Amino acid sequence: MFQIDCPFCGPRWQVEFVCGGEAHIERPINPDMLSDDEWADYVFMRTNSKGMHYERWCHIHGCRQWFNAARDTVSDKIHATYRMGEKPPELSS
Amino acid sequence: MKQQPYRLPTGGRIERNRPISFVYDGRPYDGFIGDTLASALLANGVRLVGRSFKYHRPRGVMTAGSNEPNAIVQLETGAYAEPNTRATQVELYDGLTAASQNCWPSVGFDFGAWTSHFSDLFPAGFYYKTFMWPRSAWMRYEYFIRRMAGLGSSPRVPDPDRYEKMHTHCDVLVVGSGPAGLSAALAAGRAGARVILVDEQNEVGGSLLEETIAIGNDPAMSWANKVREELIALPETRVLLRSTAYGYYDHNLVMISQRVSDHLGLSERSTDIPRQILWKVRAKEVVLATGAHERPLIFPDNDRPGVMLASAARSYVNRYAVKPGSSAIFFTNNDSAYKAALDMHAAGMRVSGIIDVRSDISGSWAQSVRDAGIPIFENQVVVATHGKSGLKGVSVMKLNPSGDGVDGVTQRVHGDVLCMSGGWSPVVHLFSQSRGKLNFDVAKNCFVPGTPVQASITVGACNGSFLLSDCLREGFLAGTEAAKNAGFEAIVPDLPDVQEPELTEERAVWETPNRLPSGRGGKRFIDFQNDVTSRDVELAAREGYLSVEHLKRYTTLGMGTDQGKLSNVNGLAVFSRCTGHDIPALGVTTFRPPYTPVTFGVIGGRDVDHLFDPVRKTPMHEWHVSSGALFEDVGQWKRPHYYPQDGEDMAAAVKRECEAVGSTVGIADASTLGKLDLRGPDVKKLLNWVYTNAWNKLETDRCRYGLMLGENGMVFDDGVTTKLSDEHYLMSTTSGGAGHVHQWLEEWLQCEWLDMKVWVTNITTQYAVAQISGPRARDLLAELTSDIDVSPQAFPFMSMRCGTVAGISARVFRISFSGELSYEINVPANKGMALWRALMSCGQKYNITPYGTESMHVLRAEKGFIIVGEETDGTVTPMDLGMDWIVSKAKKNFLGKRSLSRSDIIKSDRKQLVGLLTDNPDYVLGVGAQIVSQINESPPMPMEGHVTSSYYGPRVGRSIAMALLSGGLKRQGETVTVWDRGNIVRAKVSSPVFYDRDGDRMNA
Amino acid sequence: MATPTKYSIWSLLRNAGSYHQNWQRVWRQPTPKDEYEVIVIGGGGHGLATAYYLATVHGITNVAVLEKGWLGGGNTGRNTTVVRSNYLYDESSGIYELSMKLWEGLSQELNYNVMFSQRGVIGLSHDRHGNDEQSRRGGAIHLNGIDSEILNVAQVRALVPIINTSPNIRYPLFGGMLQRRGGNARHDAVAWGYARGADARGVDILQETEVIGLMREGSRVVGVETSRGAIRAKRVGIVVAGHSGVLANMAGFRLPLESYPLQALVSEPIKPVLHTVIMSGKVHVYLSQSDKGELVIGASRDAHNSYSQRGSFHLIEEQLAALIELFPIFGRLRMMRQWGGIVDVCPDASPIIGKTPIEGLFINCGWGTGGFKATPGSGWVFAHTLATGEPHSINAPFSLKRFSSGYLIDEHGAAGVAH
Repeated sequence: MFQIDCPFCGPRWQVEFVCGGEAHIERPINPDMLSDDEWADYVFMRTNSKGMHYERWCHIHGCRQWFNAARDTVSDKIHATYRMGEKPPELSS
Repeated sequence: MKQQPYRLPTGGRIERNRPISFVYDGRPYDGFIGDTLASALLANGVRLVGRSFKYHRPRGVMTAGSNEPNAIVQLETGAYAEPNTRATQVELYDGLTAASQNCWPSVGFDFGAWTSHFSDLFPAGFYYKTFMWPRSAWMRYEYFIRRMAGLGSSPRVPDPDRYEKMHTHCDVLVVGSGPAGLSAALAAGRAGARVILVDEQNEVGGSLLEETIAIGNDPAMSWANKVREELIALPETRVLLRSTAYGYYDHNLVMISQRVSDHLGLSERSTDIPRQILWKVRAKEVVLATGAHERPLIFPDNDRPGVMLASAARSYVNRYAVKPGSSAIFFTNNDSAYKAALDMHAAGMRVSGIIDVRSDISGSWAQSVRDAGIPIFENQVVVATHGKSGLKGVSVMKLNPSGDGVDGVTQRVHGDVLCMSGGWSPVVHLFSQSRGKLNFDVAKNCFVPGTPVQASITVGACNGSFLLSDCLREGFLAGTEAAKNAGFEAIVPDLPDVQEPELTEERAVWETPNRLPSGRGGKRFIDFQNDVTSRDVELAAREGYLSVEHLKRYTTLGMGTDQGKLSNVNGLAVFSRCTGHDIPALGVTTFRPPYTPVTFGVIGGRDVDHLFDPVRKTPMHEWHVSSGALFEDVGQWKRPHYYPQDGEDMAAAVKRECEAVGSTVGIADASTLGKLDLRGPDVKKLLNWVYTNAWNKLETDRCRYGLMLGENGMVFDDGVTTKLSDEHYLMSTTSGGAGHVHQWLEEWLQCEWLDMKVWVTNITTQYAVAQISGPRARDLLAELTSDIDVSPQAFPFMSMRCGTVAGISARVFRISFSGELSYEINVPANKGMALWRALMSCGQKYNITPYGTESMHVLRAEKGFIIVGEETDGTVTPMDLGMDWIVSKAKKNFLGKRSLSRSDIIKSDRKQLVGLLTDNPDYVLGVGAQIVSQINESPPMPMEGHVTSSYYGPRVGRSIAMALLSGGLKRQGETVTVWDRGNIVRAKVSSPVFYDRDGDRMNA
Repeated sequence: MATPTKYSIWSLLRNAGSYHQNWQRVWRQPTPKDEYEVIVIGGGGHGLATAYYLATVHGITNVAVLEKGWLGGGNTGRNTTVVRSNYLYDESSGIYELSMKLWEGLSQELNYNVMFSQRGVIGLSHDRHGNDEQSRRGGAIHLNGIDSEILNVAQVRALVPIINTSPNIRYPLFGGMLQRRGGNARHDAVAWGYARGADARGVDILQETEVIGLMREGSRVVGVETSRGAIRAKRVGIVVAGHSGVLANMAGFRLPLESYPLQALVSEPIKPVLHTVIMSGKVHVYLSQSDKGELVIGASRDAHNSYSQRGSFHLIEEQLAALIELFPIFGRLRMMRQWGGIVDVCPDASPIIGKTPIEGLFINCGWGTGGFKATPGSGWVFAHTLATGEPHSINAPFSLKRFSSGYLIDEHGAAGVAH
């Protein structure tokens, strides 16, 4: 069980959070202009990084705020957490 | 008090003034508080304590701790029964009852031992090569194999005990209270750090519990107890005994299982105290002082009762004042056996000699042994053990000049205990679980921790430091460093003076040379519990199972309840010889948690029984209970299912309830429906995004139904949303969906539409909702309100009014899920019961009838209203539901829109929602019944749809069903065939709206 | 190549006479050739089965199986060994029932006892909705010609007398759905048996051979770069559960799946007490008792991506609470060993078996938490796909394209509890 540093509340146990999967997937502005393949890429395709991975968490049993985390999916070390709208930190695993 | 023939007259840490009695295999024995079951059995001369897993070989106590492979017993009976309990760790209590396992009729005479005579037929993995003929027979073979396998027996009645959990944080967690752990805890504690010291035993000390060397001017245990007292006196320090740190998880989380009452007699236990506590400790720094396990040597018949580890023998003598036998023989490749031999000699036991594979043995340990007159058989090995169910002696031979074989004649050495030592393996389990890599130390012949990955430090024997003074020094340094890392100023305590002889070099031997190659003669056990011998390891290598993981899985090496504590390194060494790869190249198998087995009960904790999952009840729940409602689980909610009267069954009750709704008025508790309060200037924008229909023109106090789609275009929730003001809306969701929808909205608002100004609050439980439904609903409402004009013109369908109902401030929604004139009255939750009672009492004249979820479903099905989760299953679009009307053509964008135009989504043969009317109007189809496009004598039969909801509809006077049918929207009027639990039923495809198609009743 | 010794009681007797000194190697340790007709990346059960059927069904023996670690070291050796074929959709029935039929003769086919034990699998229901869902699935399974029985509480109790049928618990038992032909198999043996069979027919099994790159010429794959050098091949199949995304990244395309930790655990061995496989999606745990006597227990996967083969302990806490809820008599038993694997999960809980955007490169992935049961059928159809260059009608629906067209095969209901 991880310890996750909520940018709003500080470090808390993983059971207080839910993981929302890959972060920084922007919704296409004009879905109607996309082919089925392009739309599927947005809806279904995932980077699934082995190594540094940017993902969303929500402090669901705390402040209920969504935020981003940069976690190494091999070591499970969380290198950074940061608020929505902030740019991901430059990190290498 | 009966005689304990092997009890030493003095010494040990047992409480001689507290004698107790216990029963083993039906016979009464005596022991003392401070004994383990194993020490008490040995004190009473009981040497045969179990049978091995595969060959049912007689076995005795081999260790004095958590590494015990043989002395595995069934503890207690009935509700307190506990299989596979290590006798070496069971603290003796008065009245303890235990029995040997895996033997029948008795441990002394075990029928299962026949397997031993055919053992040549049962090499490693024999079962992969046979039992294949005839093809159908495996189940029969398996029946017998299963009966032969297994060790102890499960209790057959529920566990009566209670378990608790503790969550805690600390600066420094020290695992192990031996010399290294105690000194680490002391150094960190003195610095002011919050320290937790944890040890699996009943007192601190670890190896000091059997140590004879002094620390400073004190006997070792006096020093240990002084440290313990100092630690306990510190304000922020905790000492957890009888507590096993069994798992080292991510982000410095260490799990500890504490045994609170297992050492008490059954009569002293009570449910007032938990049996065990699961501690979850998140530590800034962890010091691993987990010690080391002595290794056995591998030689023929090294499993005879009486063969044990030298350190265990020493522990029995020094700590428990028990002679493990009458005369001892030692077999070793290192100095630690000398220490044990001297202690046994000092305790008055006869020591027949030390057989040492090394030659030219010098050093002070050897000198002391020689001075004591104990013979040393240098450069010799044990080639056979003698005795039937207990050891009588051994045969020894000289090693040949190259050291890989034996020479000369055998010599017999007599003794009934053979104490062996093949060197030591650091207990690196927790370190390895923390993701640390291990290095093989060639000088010490063992795996030692490499660089830590998490914030941890390893010390003492866990680090491969086997001298007491080194343990103390490393402990002090580590405790100081850990405290500093945790932010404290710390100074290294002064090292006490310890006088101990230097150790001489050990000789790396594993399977000792013998006259015969290892497949022949007596079995040479590596894994005692699973009966894995060196022959099995050789066979695995010969057959090409060349990875250590293959070795483990093919031979079951290290997969017993001891999880290979004695066997892993020995097995690896033999495998190394067979494969020609050196040990570091082979690597080790993963050390998986737990370190020692952990009770399911303590891991489950209190989250069982009625605390398994929270029960959610509405404010009117008690009324439903007292009115005889039967409940059904809807998510975590308890909802009234129906209200049977005078022995009614469900069908009768539901018919009565539905008829009341159709003819007068019914009342239902709709408090569980999700309610989300949406505020802010951009609510309308949000609604336009998350619902398929348009929200721009909704007027204040009006309600609108909406469908919510995932980005994959599939319906996942529905509900009615009401505009309270320009910047304030109330959204309702399905009962199970409130949390999910709330989360969905928040995720979009917080992650994608950061500029949208909407504040979402889940107010589901802030309001109680009574739904009154039926032609007299208006009359009833009118009687209870003076400030709401309930006339159809003033309060039309799909609108909301605020006012007072039964004197309670309320929001009244004129919406309908039953198809009748219907109001949903929302009041603050704490007024729910008052509202309900007022409605019931005032409604008496209309014969107001409470109805439950079953009737609710029937009524809505008659009306053709869908339920998300019944008519939809995550694969259904609005078009599939025939609800094109709710999908805005004008809106450019909403969630899931693009998915609706994918090539497979626009196909006309998709499953679409229809009604089904069975030819026989009294036949009610089963939910889930399949519509088949062709009837065959027997399956397979092609399917083209299935029934999603099906009821007898009291208001329409016949059975009705809703179904998803391939191309169904264009198939109205067709007759289809339904396969329903084996019956073939014909039904006509119809509109799914069976009742009041024009909506006159609900619009009335 | 040498014909391997036939395994039987007679060969055991014969070898007992020679102290088991003369057993042959189960598979060779060949040196990689420069080129193969087909390369299968991944030496787990699915990959080895693929190689086996390439050799036996299609006569293609110039095949290499590349395994970066040891055979069966991924999910093959980490799963909880449940075999069943009771899925909802026709497409799923096709592939899982093909597997089931292959399981039923597998020990004899491979001359390696995979201990396929058809002791029955019961999925429990705890409420009306669960029962409705089972009725739907049970009917569909039956009409697809697969055995399935809906049970009431008394029938469940008759099969599993130790289960808690009290009506006064949080989620009382409502009924169940039984597949009698379902059960367990010995997971390692499946990998080893297929490996031995493939090797005997000339397939090169290359352990400790990690693929580090794909060789392409234009839009075609022409081989792989490995830790032991480049190896060319006409066709390459990726069967690397837990690392599918990594290989896809190497090849330059994306997959609709994410890799999650899934954990399992076993109790200490006890005498036989549970004779069927029990699963509950609502109380959320599933278990069986192995031939060795251990209770083998699993439940949820974690929700975060990870390649660490470690999950969160709170899921173990939840699953054991669920276990005790269903079986209060197990409270005093103990967890002996716990471990984790990596599961590649598709949005519709169904696999992808077929073409990739790169010519000559095929993929078999996304089995989520339930791939073990499909091992034989998955290998069989993937062998067909690799041999012919086109999917078999059984795996055609499981294409990567379905995520663009919307032809999803949503088996969340059937796969609700990880198994």
